[in-house]
Amino acid sequence: MQKRSHPEIREAVAKLCAEFGGSYWRALDEKRQYPTEFISALSAAGYLSILIPEEYGGSGQPLSAACAVLEEIQYAGCNGSSCHAQMYIMGTLLRHGNEEQKQRYLPKVASGELRLQAFGVTEPSSGTDTTRIRTSAEKHDDHYIVNGSKVWISRTEHSDLMLLLVRTTPREECAKRTDGMSVLLVDLREALADGLTIKPIRTMMNHSSTELFFDDVPVPADNLIGEEGKGFRYILDGMNAERILIAAECVGDARYFIERAAAYASEREVFGGPIGQNQGIQFPIARAYTQMRAADALVSQAIELFDSGEPCGSEANMAKMVASEASWFAGDTCIQTHGGYGFAEEYDIERKFRETRLYQVAPISTNLILSHVATHELGMPKSF
Amino acid sequence: MKVLVAVKRVVDYNVKVRPKSDGSDVDINNVKMSINPFCEIAVEEAIRLKEAGVAEEIIAVSIGGAQVQEQIRTALALGADRGIHVQTEDSLEPLEIARLLKSILDKEEPTLVITGKQSIDGDNNQTGQMLAALAGIPQGTFASEITIEGDHISVIREVDGGLQTVKLSLPAVVTTDLRLNEPRYASLPNIMKAKKKPLDVFTPEELGVELSNHIDLVEVEPPPDRQAGIKVDDVDALVDKLKNEAKVI
Ligand SMILES: Cc1cc2nc3c(=O)[nH]c(=O)nc-3n(C[C@H](O)[C@H](O)[C@H](O)COP(=O)(O)OP(=O)(O)OC[C@H]3O[C@@H](n4cnc5c(N)ncnc54)[C@H](O)[C@@H]3O)c2cc1C
Repeated sequence: MQKRSHPEIREAVAKLCAEFGGSYWRALDEKRQYPTEFISALSAAGYLSILIPEEYGGSGQPLSAACAVLEEIQYAGCNGSSCHAQMYIMGTLLRHGNEEQKQRYLPKVASGELRLQAFGVTEPSSGTDTTRIRTSAEKHDDHYIVNGSKVWISRTEHSDLMLLLVRTTPREECAKRTDGMSVLLVDLREALADGLTIKPIRTMMNHSSTELFFDDVPVPADNLIGEEGKGFRYILDGMNAERILIAAECVGDARYFIERAAAYASEREVFGGPIGQNQGIQFPIARAYTQMRAADALVSQAIELFDSGEPCGSEANMAKMVASEASWFAGDTCIQTHGGYGFAEEYDIERKFRETRLYQVAPISTNLILSHVATHELGMPKSF
Repeated sequence: MKVLVAVKRVVDYNVKVRPKSDGSDVDINNVKMSINPFCEIAVEEAIRLKEAGVAEEIIAVSIGGAQVQEQIRTALALGADRGIHVQTEDSLEPLEIARLLKSILDKEEPTLVITGKQSIDGDNNQTGQMLAALAGIPQGTFASEITIEGDHISVIREVDGGLQTVKLSLPAVVTTDLRLNEPRYASLPNIMKAKKKPLDVFTPEELGVELSNHIDLVEVEPPPDRQAGIKVDDVDALVDKLKNEAKVI
């Protein structure tokens, strides 16, 4: 067995997760409901404020500890996508917000009283090309008026606050296309009463993603994070944490699939022996394990750089890509090993399989990572 | 009131253990280890006594190699105040564990000692009883409910066929049964605090205990493979098979 970091945190998280077994998740999945009880338990036990500094009521742990929490959640068969954002979205506020904003929000985010787990970047017409976002915020005295729409914004129905990327200066009027964007902290409860419409999008897994429509929504100017026009940079530097955390989740998913596959392969007897004695069954599981270990090593490397304050853009991206592919391959192998039973809801494998597929697309798709590696690591020309 | 709880590091209850290939022992190489579930119940009960204002201090003690400190830290994260690690690499039989615990009792003079009724590896169900005998104090084993009443403790015991209530004078030893409580999981702030809680390490020599060995483990073998069942045509065939094949009636 591989030695894992933060064993005491992992053990406690595993115990918490044991109270939320497969039947809990299956029932929610069927109705596409949010795991409120699970989130409350995690929040009460302090796991979602793990990255918030102690002075603001969190436990100020390094990213490695947060990764251990999310990896264990996935490994236990639970679904961390319902809560991971509460861990890291606050990072933008922490790094770029002013002291008054931090004092006002962070302690309540740490206690779980305020949920800050929505992050609005993607738009229907701009896709991955973030600099083409059209949602605009126009300044009027002490507030901004927001108009436009966003798509695929997760958890807005289960969040009190949202970080929103808007254009405060049109792209054509900016020297650089990455200029002219700003980050607003939107109080969703107030916005819903004043021009914001939220429309849920039903997806192949239980993910609480939504579409947002802003119709003259006022946002106090005090809720601007950092300086106007620098929002794109603020968003970018929160991305490394997000990618590394999600990569750790994928490692957890892969471990879940591999353990289930290996156990089933050793037990299930067909043609008078365990199916796992056939190398056709055994080798894909061994391959999945090897890929998981490779992903885990990349994740550890990215964590180490991140926690020592070094640049880690490429490492975070590569870790996310390799981990999301490892978890997918492990899931596919797990289904194949289980034969027909892999498709039975009761086994939870098909649910985890659907859930882990997302991470090759969101928060950033594989092609964009490859493009980053090609241009930043290998110096090749950019396609866009 | 001071409460001493004993915690043991054992193979996690989810792990399917196998004997070593030479049959000399169970193979615990590379398997997940945890705090013995009955010990966890003991820790939980001590914490509840503290939360109820009955206990002031909880000491968690474990005996074994350096790794048992993980289980002591788990107990500290759940709410014990300090830890004692008796460091020994020997694999000890219940009597020797009880003797070591007795030496800790002499040092700490707790009012109440809570241990698990047994550990899920050896299943001996002896340590608590032996400790009470060595210390010359009363024991309430297989507890499913305890209540402190002044200088006494009332223990509801799970015995064959029902519940038995005994009242013991303190200090006393209680061993836990499964239904005493449901242990909590540690919160992150408590895990962090646990890292700073004191943990003293002693060797058996420092405690004045000379270990000896009375039992040799001869062999460990796996349970026989379960055979597939068969369907019999009628009751007569069943009775015949029970009588002549299985020879159980
Ligand atoms: C369930 C879910 C939850 C999400 N949650 C959030 C959220 O909370 N907040 C948020 O802001 N966004 C969220 N997203 C959006 C997500 O980040 C985007 O879907 C993702 O970044 C891809 O953008 P897109 O869907 O517009 O695809 P597109 O940009 O249209 O891309 C489509 C495909 O084309 C490829 N492609 C695009 N450009 C190039 C190129 N130059 N070279 C090669 N290939 C290219 C992409 O890799 C992709 O495979 C979520 C998405 C999903 C599905």
